[in-house]
Amino acid sequence: MLNKNQKLNKKLFDKDVEKELIRNGFGDGLLEAGEKNKNVVVLTADLRESVKIDKFVEKFPERFFEVGIAEQNLVSVASGMASVGKIPFATSYAIFSPGRNWEQIRTNICYNNTNVKIIGSHAGLSVGPDGGSHQALEDIALMRVLPRMQIVVPCDSIEAKKATIAMVKTDGPQYLRLIREKSPLITTEDSPFEIGKANILFESENPQVLIISCGPIIYNALISAKKLEEEGIGSIVLNLHTIKPIDREKIIELAKKTNAVVTIEDHQIAGGLGSAVAEVLAENFPIPIRFIGIKDEFGQSGNPEELYKHYGLDSESITETIKKFLGK
Amino acid sequence: MLSQEKIKDLEIKANSIRKSIIEMLVEVGSGHPGGALGMADIFTALYFGILKHDPKNPLSEKRDRLVLSNGHICPVLYATMAHSGYFPLEELMTLRKLNSRLQGHPHRDFLPLVETSSGPLGEGLSQAVGMALGLRLDDKKNKVYCLMSDGEFDEGQTWEALLLAGKNLPALPNGREQAGKLENLIIIIDRNKIQLDGNTEDILPLEPLKEKLEAFNLNVLEIDGNNFEEIFNGIEKAQNSGKASIVIAHTIPGKGVKEFENDYKWHGKTIDKETGEKALNELSSS
Repeated sequence: MLNKNQKLNKKLFDKDVEKELIRNGFGDGLLEAGEKNKNVVVLTADLRESVKIDKFVEKFPERFFEVGIAEQNLVSVASGMASVGKIPFATSYAIFSPGRNWEQIRTNICYNNTNVKIIGSHAGLSVGPDGGSHQALEDIALMRVLPRMQIVVPCDSIEAKKATIAMVKTDGPQYLRLIREKSPLITTEDSPFEIGKANILFESENPQVLIISCGPIIYNALISAKKLEEEGIGSIVLNLHTIKPIDREKIIELAKKTNAVVTIEDHQIAGGLGSAVAEVLAENFPIPIRFIGIKDEFGQSGNPEELYKHYGLDSESITETIKKFLGK
Repeated sequence: MLSQEKIKDLEIKANSIRKSIIEMLVEVGSGHPGGALGMADIFTALYFGILKHDPKNPLSEKRDRLVLSNGHICPVLYATMAHSGYFPLEELMTLRKLNSRLQGHPHRDFLPLVETSSGPLGEGLSQAVGMALGLRLDDKKNKVYCLMSDGEFDEGQTWEALLLAGKNLPALPNGREQAGKLENLIIIIDRNKIQLDGNTEDILPLEPLKEKLEAFNLNVLEIDGNNFEEIFNGIEKAQNSGKASIVIAHTIPGKGVKEFENDYKWHGKTIDKETGEKALNELSSS
């Protein structure tokens, strides 16, 4: 059942669960952060409307910088601004930033230790019909290997807003991963959020498997967990919204309860959330893990629902995979 | 106008800096002599005349920002900083050694006195543009100097940054700043015409460079980068041009040591002990 302490959306399992653009949560968070802190500045590479920074731009035009379709320049300029005390949000699509400008992020931001926030929108399969060229399925892996970089993957619009505000309060390089499509509201204004602290969203009485996920795809994990519970298979669903720094204590503690772990991500299995979890468990509490994600291939055109089904990320596929994994 | 006496002083200073560069590179047995020696006069002019800076208060908010984009010529930066009093001259001999503050390419973790960590080419100008934009937003009058190599104009990112540097900027609210250009940015290009694999015009031709840069809506001027009078006059013009400026500084790579001068092979070649001694003798007698 849903974890009451998390004060989640009561209509979460309803057919007509409210959906919202996660990018809108980012945009609202940015506006609020900008009102509170005059050092917040925003840059974009010709994607102002797409990444939902309009409200900020309207209110603080002088703190907005359009750099054109030039993602390498985008993050290096942001680094320079951070060097003189600004808190820059460098916004683009994940496939281009951090996809195209990895070395600039490494050298100018991480190695140089500047307080830049990289916003990668339209990540994962959710970009849908645009096809594989635009589906960033490698961005978490790219950012995870960089010393100092923190990675936050909010699960819904409300969490995205909280994450954005929290990022301004954390000094140092950070990556925020967003998706394109509207996604169900899982949390509420009252749900807890702290960078680096994973949240248990769902917990059955006798959990046999720990399901770890992040981003809006965790909704499918929740639907699956409910179905499994109805069939007598208990689980815990952990929202690992911060991939780095990873909440190692929570992962180990919960893994000890279940002795089996499934990770689910809208990303390559190689180098993503599953890999991060596996690194923690292999060293501390080695138990069987099943990785659900993209298996070393590129995406393709299709609507997001079709794509999730095709790549085994819809709730039915997830339920089947977990049952097989548990030998049920 | 520089007095002859001041010019003489600067020449002596630059000569000492060149000697330090040779000593450092011989000691460590790696590093890049060509560009470092060629830029010694410009670094001397900057640290002993042009920059607003204070070695006793190195991180003062009032300082001008100097971004070294082509980090590989850092021996000239380190040597000039040491001669200016930022750290002891003896420390120069730790260049490129384990735990040294003087990393092979500048790293702020080790030496927070440098404005950026650098090394990979073509990224410094973007950062300098960001600094200039950020300072303008705060109504600060500090200048940002970006030192680059001509080889960096092979990198696409350099041109991305130039496009932005030439962009019209809006006025700031409450009449704080008029609409205008990024006038607090001064770019100095070490136009020594060499890069690792050969001469720039053979590797990837840049000419006509001045005309190209002018087309980017920037104030472009050319100087002899090994002539103090031209360096001071050129940078003064750049400071007051009302837009982002580019000073194309024609320098002689390896300047001061005949064997190294204008030979691309000395861009990144190790100086052995014997060659080093000859070079030091040559510098001592000049």
